[in-house]
Amino acid sequence: MEVIKQEFTITVYTENQVGLLHRITTIFTKRKINLESLTTSESEIVGIHRFTIAVTETKEQVIKVVKQIEKQVEVLKADFYKKKEVVQQELALYKIATETLTNGIEIERIVREHNARFLTIEQEFVVIEKAGYKRETKALFDELEPYGIKEFVRSGRIAVARQQFGPGKDIEALLLASSSNI
Amino acid sequence: MASIDLQPTENKSPSHQTSITGAEAIVQALIQEGVDIAFGYPGGAIMPIYDALYDYQDRLQHVLVRHEQGAIHAAQGYSRASGKVGVCLATSGPGATNLITGIADAQIDSTPLVCITGQVPSHLLGSDAFQETDVIGISIPVTKWNYQVTKAEEIPLAISKAFFIARSGRPGPVLIDITKDAQFQLLDFVYKRCTSIRSYREEPTIEMDQIKAAAKAINEAKRPYVVFGQGIILAEAEQEFKAFVEQSNLPAAWTILGLSAIETSHPLNVGMLGMHGNYGPNLLTNECDVLIAVGMRFDDRVTGDLDKYAKQAKVIHLEIDPAEINKNVHAHIPVLGNAKKTLPLLTQRLQKKVRNEWLKRFAECNQLEHDKVIQEELNPTNEILTMGEVIRILNEKTGGDAIIVTDVGQHQMVACRYAEFKQSKSNITSGGLGTMGFGLPAALGAALGAPNRTVVCVVGDGGLQMTIQELATIYQTQAKVKVLLLNNEFLGMVRQWQQLFFDKRYSSTEMINPDFQLLAKGFRMPTNQVTHRDQLDQALTDFIETEGAYFLEVMVGKENNVFPMVPSGSGVAEIRLD
Ligand SMILES: Cc1ncc(C[n+]2csc(CCOP(=O)(O)OP(=O)(O)O)c2C)c(N)n1
Ligand SMILES: [Mg+2]
Repeated sequence: MEVIKQEFTITVYTENQVGLLHRITTIFTKRKINLESLTTSESEIVGIHRFTIAVTETKEQVIKVVKQIEKQVEVLKADFYKKKEVVQQELALYKIATETLTNGIEIERIVREHNARFLTIEQEFVVIEKAGYKRETKALFDELEPYGIKEFVRSGRIAVARQQFGPGKDIEALLLASSSNI
Repeated sequence: MASIDLQPTENKSPSHQTSITGAEAIVQALIQEGVDIAFGYPGGAIMPIYDALYDYQDRLQHVLVRHEQGAIHAAQGYSRASGKVGVCLATSGPGATNLITGIADAQIDSTPLVCITGQVPSHLLGSDAFQETDVIGISIPVTKWNYQVTKAEEIPLAISKAFFIARSGRPGPVLIDITKDAQFQLLDFVYKRCTSIRSYREEPTIEMDQIKAAAKAINEAKRPYVVFGQGIILAEAEQEFKAFVEQSNLPAAWTILGLSAIETSHPLNVGMLGMHGNYGPNLLTNECDVLIAVGMRFDDRVTGDLDKYAKQAKVIHLEIDPAEINKNVHAHIPVLGNAKKTLPLLTQRLQKKVRNEWLKRFAECNQLEHDKVIQEELNPTNEILTMGEVIRILNEKTGGDAIIVTDVGQHQMVACRYAEFKQSKSNITSGGLGTMGFGLPAALGAALGAPNRTVVCVVGDGGLQMTIQELATIYQTQAKVKVLLLNNEFLGMVRQWQQLFFDKRYSSTEMINPDFQLLAKGFRMPTNQVTHRDQLDQALTDFIETEGAYFLEVMVGKENNVFPMVPSGSGVAEIRLD
């Protein structure tokens, strides 16, 4: 039994149905598992939605949860990946006062060094955008903090599998096989 | 977001009707699904459906219960006795929330149900309208599927999917919430039964490698042991199961939901598993070399401490639900699939074996349990009546042909331990959830679902008072429910725990009860009460032989205990005989 908790990404391909988000999250809450992030979006297959869920849990627990998710009527497929098995990204936005920019070149240097960019520059504030791992967006946060961050947000993790064909491959086959339109 | 995709409606089947109301469409859809009885309770948000029911009384009987919890448990009892989908109806808000306990019970015990709830009109959704409750949200964790209908045109597909999902694969409860405006709206009604849903796999495909590996393990086993559950009954695989155990002389023990899948008198039926199960079946779990689990889910009431459960054994798990594999007990050889199909494949490959030595171990344990527990429970030597002797004489009167429905508590354990069964679908009990109040309404449903069988409701004085109002429904429907109240004037099971594990501190378990005889008379039941042993035999004869419903109360020992017992947190081999 593996008792060490580690980072996992769970991907879920679903029909687009009201209430399904709730149905999936209760599977976690029932087991008191914290969802670090949850992103829903379209998938590569027309009409099929996708959840990307980030958790830190034991592998054993993740396997059980994924099976419970896959059991739901409107779920086509659920899979889980270790950190190394996905290419992942998060997006962070940082809002700072425009005057911190005009007071010197420090901010511009930081932004450049972190491979971030200015998303918009307004009269009162600027918004910096940075994509990357959590530790990278956090590092930028730490550097900007002394200058005063007025607002900060980081998106949930999005990730794709590190294999030629993602889980969608099986689903396309499944959809082809099912003649029914329900 | 999208609603249910509608199918093209080009082919005009005989069920095509133009412009009927949503409410009528629901009733017609139920009829097309073969529903001839529904349990429910009316109210504002479901009134159009009740109005439609009025015109279909000849084809669809509606049973007016006295509390929605009664409706859902009756639907469960109906389903468990008949093998069909149970249907219940309730209004929005409190009507719907009163169903929740039973839905949770049906979910954990895999009972196929379709619950239809009324909802406030769609334009009022989210406004905290009168009797608005988020029933979809509340029921998500306890339903196999649920769906809110806000347009009449969604009704045919929603209902057909509901029935398909409820009854297929591992069955379970489904809830359809229908706004009042959708019930009034008109639609072109075309009904087609649902046979597949692209995102839903009813049952996993059978893998022959698993079958072969399992057969090999059983053929090589010296002490193989079968533990089985309700999966056999749900798959209607009773014959296949019997052939399987007989082929290789496999001793088989049951969970309380598996009880009656094979007759109690069968020589390979070695008894009951779990906390108050039989001695041998528990002890020998830790002596077998191959443990074959069939259609059961290793509930903790069955396994006790998992760290001390069958650690020596190679585990084979026959199961329809992939999520059950390795959930509690690691399966060395999972055999996924519908037991009705996997069992014969396995049986074909089994060598005939005698296994006298191994079977003798069960007989020896049984003898020991008999001497230490069963003998005194069934034939007590002091004057205090035991629950066991009541069940023993009941067996004589029913000949093992009755459906026994129990509530939850000591009487449940005693009934399951000692009741005899010749036919499947005959033991109806709340297993996974242990819902007090289940028994009486479930017995009502069972009596209506199996009208030609004798239905006995074994109930405690605590649990009876949770749903006693359904005696009125029994009277109104003239259902032939025989209520056997085992009155110990205690919440007996809790009191037993207090005695054994809480220093006899009987905190809030003793009850000063109403006069049950007067109450039953008030509900117009023929009644009788037994206080002494010499009355018991005749009273049980009258109980069974009197045509129709009957209420028999037996005053049993106030502080009797159920043994054997695997104390909670202990291993199965630590089973106590006293
Ligand atoms: C709804 C509900 N509440 C509480 C319990 C906990 N409980 C389990 S058995 C029991 C006592 C049952 O008493 P009674 O119905 O008199 O049956 P007895 O054990 O005396 O045979 C209780 C309170 C339960 N199972 N269900
Ligand atoms: Mg009692």
